[in-house]
Amino acid sequence: MIQLENVTKTYPKAARPSLDGVSVSIDKGDFVFFIGPSGSGKSTIVKLLLHEVAPTKGRVVVNDKDVSTLRSWRIPHFRRSIGCVFQDFRLLPTRTAYENVAFALEVIGKSQAVARRVVPEVLELVGLGGKEHRYPHELSGGEQQRVAVARAFVNRPLILLADEPTGNLDPDTSIEIMRLLDRINRTGTTVVMVTHDSNIVNQMRRRVVEIEGGKIVRDQPRGVYG
Amino acid sequence: MRAKYVLSEVMVGLWRNVTMTIAMIITMAVSLTMLGASLVMYHQVGEMKKTFLSNVQVSIFLDTTVTDDQTQALDSKIKSDSRISSDQFLNKDASWKQFQQQMQNDPALLQSITPDQVPQSFRLKLKNPDQVDQIAATYKGLPGVDEVIDQASVLNRVFKVLGALQGLALTLAIAQGLAALLLVANTIQVAAYSKRREVAVMKLVGASNWFIQSPFVLEAMFAGVIGALIAFGGLVAAKFFLIDGSLSALSALLGEVKWSTIDIMLPLLVLAGALVSGLTGWITLRFYIKK
Repeated sequence: MIQLENVTKTYPKAARPSLDGVSVSIDKGDFVFFIGPSGSGKSTIVKLLLHEVAPTKGRVVVNDKDVSTLRSWRIPHFRRSIGCVFQDFRLLPTRTAYENVAFALEVIGKSQAVARRVVPEVLELVGLGGKEHRYPHELSGGEQQRVAVARAFVNRPLILLADEPTGNLDPDTSIEIMRLLDRINRTGTTVVMVTHDSNIVNQMRRRVVEIEGGKIVRDQPRGVYG
Repeated sequence: MRAKYVLSEVMVGLWRNVTMTIAMIITMAVSLTMLGASLVMYHQVGEMKKTFLSNVQVSIFLDTTVTDDQTQALDSKIKSDSRISSDQFLNKDASWKQFQQQMQNDPALLQSITPDQVPQSFRLKLKNPDQVDQIAATYKGLPGVDEVIDQASVLNRVFKVLGALQGLALTLAIAQGLAALLLVANTIQVAAYSKRREVAVMKLVGASNWFIQSPFVLEAMFAGVIGALIAFGGLVAAKFFLIDGSLSALSALLGEVKWSTIDIMLPLLVLAGALVSGLTGWITLRFYIKK
């Protein structure tokens, strides 16, 4: 599903590489945590998978496609197979929960009829049934993140990328979001989550890949935060 | 649905930056009016050149002391010259009559000149007006020839002045056009900034670049087209009130500006306005959205 082969990423003007010869393989349906301190290179992995940046050396393969050889006009289509959730939710403040999710469908050319059928379903799935018409500022942080998860998942992507999804949430709400990601993972979606929330990692007991100084220092199935 | 989405985005975008939109339309209109005016002028000067030069005459003035033999020799040379389409010989009487006619407002001068002093002349019309210089060179200095005067060299001086005016109008149009371009680029950047959240989400969920950019590009094109329509209105008004109105005396000299010349400007200006602003918007976005 996802392969990083000897990937090195050095940003322009940076003294040392953010990722230094990283190799990692993730199978379909896996749930993987990338952990490590700030500046360890975790976020660079997210950017590489989304092809926001290209590797300096090595290959990034997603869904059997070598991302680094992807022509720039193909990138939008490629991104439709990846759902994304961030620490800051990234919802549109002038749109309701329903509209935020429907927006993601509309802008990739799906009809409103499709949206009317699929959006309530996915909002129900993330536990927001009945709150479709609330605006983001009328929702709690946890609820906003649920909207974001719904938006990421509505297109049934093969991969869900979560970059510090619990970073702005209190511990209880974080656990709820993790349960949601777990449920999505059980539908066969590969979940890749970047975090430094040790609580969560320790509770979930899933595969843990620890990165430090741009190198993988640990890759452990059913691991803890160390 | 996509078209509906894009159109509503365009209208919302234009309304949100309504002052910028108006500024964009006004600069577009002014620069396109300039462009249109200089194109009309260009066309007009071209037409003028054609009519004037096809009627251009070369006059060969003879010495007052010219002999009949010399006149005969020149006449047969002219008759056999394939570059000349027609010729007319003004003998002493005819020349004197013409001179009297031309100088009738200046009796003092007329008094001081006797018929003997007025030169005889050949008046030539050319098949190809561009050969004026060659003709002049051929006949200058031949026995009995005093002076060769061609109207073309006089006309060319007039055309030079007109050409300079034309260049000035075009330069102004380009300078104004550049300001319009920068304004479009700036407006589009502001529009893209005010929708940065939407753009970020669209990029994230994999909306095509076309889909992300088209509302902005259409916004710019809309301003370009409206500007072009206003510019066309300006040209029509100019034709009504200036060319056919207060400056009609001038148009007698410069030749009539036909409605067909004005009409052709409509598609030209609309095309120029839409293309230039659309392209500017698109290029601006390429840089802006890439980041």
